[in-house]
Amino acid sequence: MAKNIRIIPRLDIKGPNLVKGIHLEGLRVLGKPEDFARFYYENGADELIYIDVVASLYNRNSLHDIINKTAQEIFIPLTVGGGLRTIEDIRSVLRAGADKVSLNTAAIRNPEFIHKASRMFGSSTIIVTIEAIKQSDGRYFAYIDNGREYTGMEVFSWAKQAEQLGAGEILLTSVDFDGTGMGYDLDLVKTVSEAVSIPVIASGGPGRLEDIKRIVTEGHADAVAIASMLHYDAIKKLKLNLDSFVEGNVEFLKSGNVFTKFNSVSLPRIKKYFSDEGIPCRLNSEQNAYV
Amino acid sequence: MSNLDENQVAIIDYGLGNLFNVERACAKVGLRSIITSDKDVIRKSNGMILPGVGAFGDAMGSLKRLDLISFIKDQIDRKKPFLGICLGMQLLLTESEEFGGYEGLDVIKGSVVKFKSVGEVSRKMKVPQVGWNRIFFDRTQSYAQSDSIFQNISNGEYMYFVHSYYAILEDSSFVLSKTNYENIEYCSAIAKESVFAMQFHPEKSGLEGLKIYKNWAHKVNEYKELEKK
Repeated sequence: MAKNIRIIPRLDIKGPNLVKGIHLEGLRVLGKPEDFARFYYENGADELIYIDVVASLYNRNSLHDIINKTAQEIFIPLTVGGGLRTIEDIRSVLRAGADKVSLNTAAIRNPEFIHKASRMFGSSTIIVTIEAIKQSDGRYFAYIDNGREYTGMEVFSWAKQAEQLGAGEILLTSVDFDGTGMGYDLDLVKTVSEAVSIPVIASGGPGRLEDIKRIVTEGHADAVAIASMLHYDAIKKLKLNLDSFVEGNVEFLKSGNVFTKFNSVSLPRIKKYFSDEGIPCRLNSEQNAYV
Repeated sequence: MSNLDENQVAIIDYGLGNLFNVERACAKVGLRSIITSDKDVIRKSNGMILPGVGAFGDAMGSLKRLDLISFIKDQIDRKKPFLGICLGMQLLLTESEEFGGYEGLDVIKGSVVKFKSVGEVSRKMKVPQVGWNRIFFDRTQSYAQSDSIFQNISNGEYMYFVHSYYAILEDSSFVLSKTNYENIEYCSAIAKESVFAMQFHPEKSGLEGLKIYKNWAHKVNEYKELEKK
C-alpha cells in the first residue's frame, strides 16, 4: 500500500490577516486566517501551515491569538513558522496550539539549532523550511527573509544536512514560482525528495490540478502545500465581512477580481481528482464508500 | 491550583513532546485533565494518558528518573483506564531495538522495531511515516466493534500517524487494529483490559479521532462510578 499524499493549505499571515503575494512579495489581504482554517478543516484538509510572513516581534501576540483560536476548534496538525529564533519561541507557539514548527532563518544562521530543537521537542515537531531560488548557472540556493537575503547555502546539501541534524520534514518553497500559477518547480522538488529520506512538502506555484498531480507522480513530493488555488475558491464560498479588516491592502478583495492564472479549486475536488488519477490520499467517509 | 479530586484524568508529563494538543482534545470531549508527573495527582486521577513523541530510550530514562516506571505499572494493575499514544503505546512493550536496545514497561509482551524496506522498492521508503493512514479492525477481537474504544468509527478509517518504529506483539489477541505502510502490516492499536493504546494521534485525526477520546471518556466515567461504590 503506497503512502497517502497529504494536501496542506498554506496560509501566509500578516498581522491579523491572511495574505497572498507573488514571489513572496506584494501581499494582498484575503481574509481572516481562522475563518479559512476552519473552512479547510471542514472540507478535509490533511494539515494546515501558518507562516507569519512579517515575523516581527510586534506581531507575536496577534499570531499567538490566531494559533490559539485555530487550535480550539481544529484537530488536525497545525504547523507554524516565521521568525522563530529560540527554543522559547518554539515552546510558546506549541503552547499556543501549534503541533509543529517550521524553521528557516534561525536554522541557516545556526544549523545546530535544528539539532537542539529536535532533541527538545522530537524530530516530528521540527520542519525545516527551504526557500529556494534558481541561479543563472542552474544551481539552487537557499534564501531567508521571504526570498530577499542570499545565504550562500546550496539547497541539496542544506536539505541533507538538515535531515542529519534531526529535521522531521522539509517544507520546500520555490520563490521563483510562488504565487505565479505556473506549476511547482519540478526539478527542485524531485532532486530534494530523492536526496533525503524524510518527507518533502512541495510549495509554491500550482495553478491547475495537473500541476499538483505532476509534482507527486514526477516530483515525488510526499505532501503538497497549496495557497492561491484554494484561497480563491474559499473566498467565493466564505461570506467575508470586508468592513472588519482594519489594516492591509484590501482593495483586491473589494474589487471582486480573481487571478486568472489560477483554477480555483476545493479540497474535495482535489481529492476526487487524485482518486480518479490513482494517487492515494485520505478520503472522507462518504468518499471512502466509492474506493 | 485546582482541587486534585476535580481533575478527572492525568496527562503524564515526562518532559518529551507536546502535551498541549492532548489537553485540548480532552477539553473538547469534556474531560478535565491535568498535565503532571506528580504521583499523588496521578493516583487520585480517574485515568492516565501517556503521550509522547521522540526517542524510546530518552523516554524510559525520563520515566525512570521520575520514578514512574513501577508506579505506572501498578496503576495499570489496579485497572485504572490507560490511554497510550504514539510513543506512549510503544513504551508498553517489552523492549525496543532503537540504538542497541532498551527495556520498556513490559505491560504487553513484544518488541518495537524500525521500518525497513521489504522486497522490491522502486524508490526510497520515507521514514518516519508522516501522514494519514487507515486502521483496519482485527475481527478476532470480540470487543472491536461494540464495546470498544473504536465505537462509531468505520473499519478502514483514516488516522494521523508520525513514527519510525512499530510494535510487534507476541500475543496477537491484544491487537485491536492493523495498518499497512509501504507493504509492512503492523499493529496500530492495542487493547488489554483497561489499557488502550494507539500508534496514531487521535487528537490530530479530526472528528474521527475525537470520537476515540469521547469513547475513552466513557470508560473513565465508568471507572469513576465504580470507585465511588
